[in-house]
Amino acid sequence: MSQLAETAADVMPILGKSAKELKALGAQRHLSLSDAEWAAIQAHFKAVKREPSLAELETIAQTWSEHCKHKTFTSPIKYHEGKKTRSIKNLFQETIVAATEAVKKPWCLSLFKDNAGVVAFGKKWALAMKVETHNHPSALEPYGGAATGVGGVVRDILGVGLGAKPVLNTDTFCFGRPDYKGGLPEGAHHPMRTMRGVVAGVRDYGNRMGIPTAGGGIWFDDDYRLNPLVFCGTVGVMPQWAVKKQVKPGDLIVAVGGRTGRDGLHGATFSSANLGADAPSSAVQIGHAIQEKRVLDALLAARDKQLYSSVTDCGAGGFSSAIGELGADCGAMVRLEQAPLKVSDLDSWEIWLSESQERMVLAVNPKSLKALEAVFAAEGCELAVLGEFTKTGRLQVMHHERSVVDLDMKFLHKGLPRVEREAVWTPAPAAKPAGGVPKKMGEAIREMVANLNVCSREWVIRQYDHEVQGGTIVKPLQGVRHDGPGDACVIWPHAATGDMNDFAAFAVGHGMNPEYGRIDPYWMALAAVDEALRNLTCVGADPSRAALLDNFCWASPDDPKQLGALIRAAEGCRDAAKGFSAPFISGKDSLFNQSKDEKGKDLQIPGTLLISALAPVPDGRKAVTMDFKGVGNALYLIGRTNDELGGSLYHKTLGRTGGEVPKVSPPPRSTASRRCTRPPRAASCSPRTTCPRAAWPSAPSRWALPASSAACWTSTKSRATRASTPTRPCSSPSPPRASSSRSTRSTSPRSSATSASPPSPRWSAASGRPRPTQS
Amino acid sequence: MKKPKVLILRSPGTNCELETANAFKAVGGEPELVHISELGAGKKKLMDYAIFALPGGFSYGDDVGAGKVLANRVRHTLTDLRQFVRLGRPVIGICNGFQVLVKAGILPSSNACDQSASFTVNDSGKFEARWTHLRINTQSSCLFFKGLPEMIELPVAHGEGKLVLKSPRHLEDLKKTKSIALQYVSEDGKLLGYPHNPNGSLFNIAGLTNPEGNVLGLMPHPERFVSLHHHPNWTRQTYRKAPVGLEMFKNAVDYAR
Repeated sequence: MSQLAETAADVMPILGKSAKELKALGAQRHLSLSDAEWAAIQAHFKAVKREPSLAELETIAQTWSEHCKHKTFTSPIKYHEGKKTRSIKNLFQETIVAATEAVKKPWCLSLFKDNAGVVAFGKKWALAMKVETHNHPSALEPYGGAATGVGGVVRDILGVGLGAKPVLNTDTFCFGRPDYKGGLPEGAHHPMRTMRGVVAGVRDYGNRMGIPTAGGGIWFDDDYRLNPLVFCGTVGVMPQWAVKKQVKPGDLIVAVGGRTGRDGLHGATFSSANLGADAPSSAVQIGHAIQEKRVLDALLAARDKQLYSSVTDCGAGGFSSAIGELGADCGAMVRLEQAPLKVSDLDSWEIWLSESQERMVLAVNPKSLKALEAVFAAEGCELAVLGEFTKTGRLQVMHHERSVVDLDMKFLHKGLPRVEREAVWTPAPAAKPAGGVPKKMGEAIREMVANLNVCSREWVIRQYDHEVQGGTIVKPLQGVRHDGPGDACVIWPHAATGDMNDFAAFAVGHGMNPEYGRIDPYWMALAAVDEALRNLTCVGADPSRAALLDNFCWASPDDPKQLGALIRAAEGCRDAAKGFSAPFISGKDSLFNQSKDEKGKDLQIPGTLLISALAPVPDGRKAVTMDFKGVGNALYLIGRTNDELGGSLYHKTLGRTGGEVPKVSPPPRSTASRRCTRPPRAASCSPRTTCPRAAWPSAPSRWALPASSAACWTSTKSRATRASTPTRPCSSPSPPRASSSRSTRSTSPRSSATSASPPSPRWSAASGRPRPTQS
Repeated sequence: MKKPKVLILRSPGTNCELETANAFKAVGGEPELVHISELGAGKKKLMDYAIFALPGGFSYGDDVGAGKVLANRVRHTLTDLRQFVRLGRPVIGICNGFQVLVKAGILPSSNACDQSASFTVNDSGKFEARWTHLRINTQSSCLFFKGLPEMIELPVAHGEGKLVLKSPRHLEDLKKTKSIALQYVSEDGKLLGYPHNPNGSLFNIAGLTNPEGNVLGLMPHPERFVSLHHHPNWTRQTYRKAPVGLEMFKNAVDYAR
């Protein structure tokens, strides 16, 4: 086949080369390896007394990339805060994992190790969720980058355990303002083009896959103009027996789905470095949604017949990472000539590393192969046996009887040298809000309502099929005319469970506010978790069963200040998870989002943390929505209002900087607070409790996030009213369904507060005295 | 009671089959998901079923044109479909399924099985999902709408739903044969433009039937309104309308019994 293409470049001499030479070699091949990593590779091959092949170097670079190994989060850091210095051994273990272990939830079925986090959903079912970013590809090619972002996270859900059925997509974006008028460096897309392309990509892939896109948000800030952020999330439903997977030596390595082509080379390494004009165009994959739909249909049919024992998706690193991960504990022998190709002139390393879309790798007992072939043939989906899992502990790859890769699994997965980094955090001096010109309240409100981060997202939301699978019972657009925003969506996954009499549902909400992070990332993280949980509570989900996902997007961890801010945010996540007793089940980071602007200066994105929260709604028929239900409904403000306008939209509107950001105090773990957040019973018609006039914008409550949150596609008035949307108030009377709004009003909130809730859970009702306001 | 067997057609890219099956199941049908390749290979036979449903989705990616590839496969694989229709058995095509029925020449009904209507890109130029008000043509004899009120609500979600006809004469024929089953209207029943007519369909046509009334094709999704909790306003206390979609499936199942 392609013997001609195999040249002398097959072997890459590295022994005896200087660090500088190696660096040049790495840059030429987009390997994104550091000096210490090069030294470790050199030492390894010196010990085994041979030069590495090109495919081996590429395999190591992909496996060790920031994208795959999350080096920043797992390497030692020397952290300076003010005058104090301390060492962090493993940021991820010490924050996200530590908090999750501390809150210990028996309903967490799979954490951090698989392609997605998995939590129990009733006795029989489980929910898997993952949120990925596809930032660099979307910057290079917005449509294709965003589409394959959706495709990738959907495959993560197909590849968790033995596979889950995707039932919800969420998409959160950060763009420059679409009406940005400043300059752009060569090769960069205008934010308007990026936005249109990304929305169209998500639309075309998600809609074709038949997965409702019913949650997400958009945040505009010109600092994202060169590095747009595209967060793609998917929730899947699977039977609990399918959560566990296991590869046995002797199992066949079976590739299913799309063919392998030259698209998507170096995706993992390319996303582990900062984006520039020299970014390789081949790094973006080419998606084909219907191909992936075929894989989905065939895979789930094969799962239910138990025809394979393990599965994972081909994402970053393609076969190399999929097979390398599945066979990490035993070993694998691969014959590349078996792989179905899009074009015949691919080099060995290209087949091995290509990130072509819509491919999955299965571990199959040879006895089941025939039945598996029949299932895939019925769906018109290609299948090829690439080799088998072995007991050798080595990753061995052959191509036409030539050895291409022969690596020790241990070195590959554990050999990564850890380099200590420096991080600095300088607490901002107690900053009084400064600058800006005060405005008349009416004028300020009009401006805020028209602000890009507040105005309606209907143009985007309607392009997504948010009701396919027939389970979206709280929709992203609400109100009499279905044009207002919602706090969170509620999904009743009867298409996946096949049981329309089971009304168990789940809700997904988000929290994010980069503006707070500009002042203090620690409080940004707490506010994001808090907001996500409040959004869930507001639709009737059970927050005591909420699971969290973190997605960090930072400018560059090589900058000690940036790394310091990242640590602050991670510690905020830890404290929030402990305080709210909500575990993290999955997460992802994309830490190189900094580019040279048109003047050659570094443009950094603001540190961005997206928190996604998932919680069951035990009975979907009791969900609630945020729209005002009728004239005469009483409005309540829950929570204390402090002078915390730092990072608010109001300040931004005035041009004011600094000030105090809202300081969330998570609940003490008492029954009082739990009772307070218990989902409402029979309250689908109770009015939303918001209090615009009292709480916004002159005196925002501590729960008010006036500038907040792209999350929940939130729009316009909503943001105004929503400004103080509090947690589902314990004090709110739950009127019988048929009762008129009048009767709701007649209930004194004060008295109901005392009768319905035990005294003063600190985080919800401050002094236990919700203030009634006249509407 | 007898459970009529429902064939729900699958193809690569079909994506509303599970909720459609659940809807039929809820009203006493016995749905079975059948891939077009199984029918092609002769493993399953259309005539063994009492009801035929073509669910929504993006069959074959809607490459070439929405539903076109599947329509050609239906023409050549399901050669007994016209007999199935002649026997009066219920056929429903939803969204992509409607596009398939039109492009396969089943709707609007003609003797020669030639295609006299088609679909093109929405006037808004993009895919859109929204709830629409619809008016049922009370003069048509469509079995799916038996006992339903004249004004109903259902959601649409499509990018290529603008129905066009070969010539003005064809519209007159449709009116004469009472084949226009469903029209997009405003809340007070008027034939208005966007967004009431979400795609710019000719004469606000949302659904077509055959003169006998046993075949229905419609762009809106009845399987997305089979529970009270599907309606976007169900959390508002005033909302108490019965789920229209469920009634439609029930009519078909009752008819087939």
